[in-house]
Amino acid sequence: MSGGFLFAFAGLGLLVIGAWALVLRAHLIRKVLAINVMGSGVFLILVGSGSMDGGAVDPVPQAMVITGIVVAISATALALALVLRIANATGKPALPEDQDRDLMDEEGR
Amino acid sequence: MKMEIKGPRGEPGLLLRAGLALLLAALAAGVALVLVAEHEHPGLGAIVDAELARSGADNPVTAVLLNFRAYDTLLEIAVLTVALVGVWALGPAPRIRESTPSPVLLGMNSILIPLAPLICAYLLWAGASRPGGAFQAGAVLAAAGVLFILSGRRPRTRLPDAPPRLGAVIGLAAFLAVALGVMSSGRRFLEYPVELAGALILFVETAATLSIAVILAGLFIGGRPEDEP
Amino acid sequence: MNAGLLLDTLLVLILLWLAWAALASRDLFRGIVLFIAFGLVLSMAWVRLGAPDVALAEAAIGAGLTGALLLATWGRLPGRNGRRGGQDDSGDENGD
Repeated sequence: MSGGFLFAFAGLGLLVIGAWALVLRAHLIRKVLAINVMGSGVFLILVGSGSMDGGAVDPVPQAMVITGIVVAISATALALALVLRIANATGKPALPEDQDRDLMDEEGR
Repeated sequence: MKMEIKGPRGEPGLLLRAGLALLLAALAAGVALVLVAEHEHPGLGAIVDAELARSGADNPVTAVLLNFRAYDTLLEIAVLTVALVGVWALGPAPRIRESTPSPVLLGMNSILIPLAPLICAYLLWAGASRPGGAFQAGAVLAAAGVLFILSGRRPRTRLPDAPPRLGAVIGLAAFLAVALGVMSSGRRFLEYPVELAGALILFVETAATLSIAVILAGLFIGGRPEDEP
Repeated sequence: MNAGLLLDTLLVLILLWLAWAALASRDLFRGIVLFIAFGLVLSMAWVRLGAPDVALAEAAIGAGLTGALLLATWGRLPGRNGRRGGQDDSGDENGD
């Protein structure tokens, strides 16, 4: 078992954790966090499965992941701007069907 | 627990959770099976190494990003630009409170902000042969911009509208110009002439670094620059 | 099991724990900060995978700038605190 193999499975775990939180949590910023975690998981699968032979470093998945990181922040920025608009328009940073849910964001500890 | 999809206030019920768990388990099993299966992993590393000398860069990742898969990078810069246009379309920038910034922030800024262009230039220049590159360099410069904004300082004179807008598009414009320009001597889109490849890559990366910095800082600002003085 | 594999295992465990904690925490601010930490540990994972360019990009863009964006958006949410709305600039800083 090589390091790459381990990280690829970690990526799979992150994908699952992110998908679980994306569907089940209501707060929109938390959904954005979940999407980012899923993205990082996919990147780990890409590069991790490329490093499984432990041989030479393959630059193509690395370039794809760098592209992915930049696209992810672009999408995140646009998504967060939309979250702010929704929050200002409806009073809560949540989708219409989630407006009555406890967003579990309490000030203070 | 009741078997329902959604609870009274819209919370996910047992059925939804169970269905999701089943779906995710199937996905995980599928990917895991592919990962553990025995197959050849030749990868593209050998092919890249073979063509590296003619690509214009010594860092294989830079060669892939700016030459072998330059189209992907062109589209990536387009995505960045479109994201900025999208954020600008959503409204004017939220006002940043003019409060007294913490002395720690000011002290850090006095060191980090002058250092940032130096680090940016190093990453950009080194990207051709060592780890680095346009995206990393642009991000460092954007981070310095974010720190500057957070310290609450305002420039004394109103900047004209043009520099942010120009800065945001210059990366895409330069890349497109190079991509189309090489076609004039009968090559295909984005097919660099071998002897000019290094220079073209550096030119495109420089313009891209500037744009990436402006765009990422603009995304942090979160809206159209104010128009009134 | 050599030292490298041990380090990789440790990184993987920390990554999974940080991701879960960031998404499951009740306090969103804490979740965002844990996400930034997650990005930085991921950057170390990229180094272990032999991808220094990706590590630089992840640290600067994935952790740093994304984290700044998330915190800025969190701070601009309306009604986060009784005194402060999203767009008004009266009242004093509550300490970000």
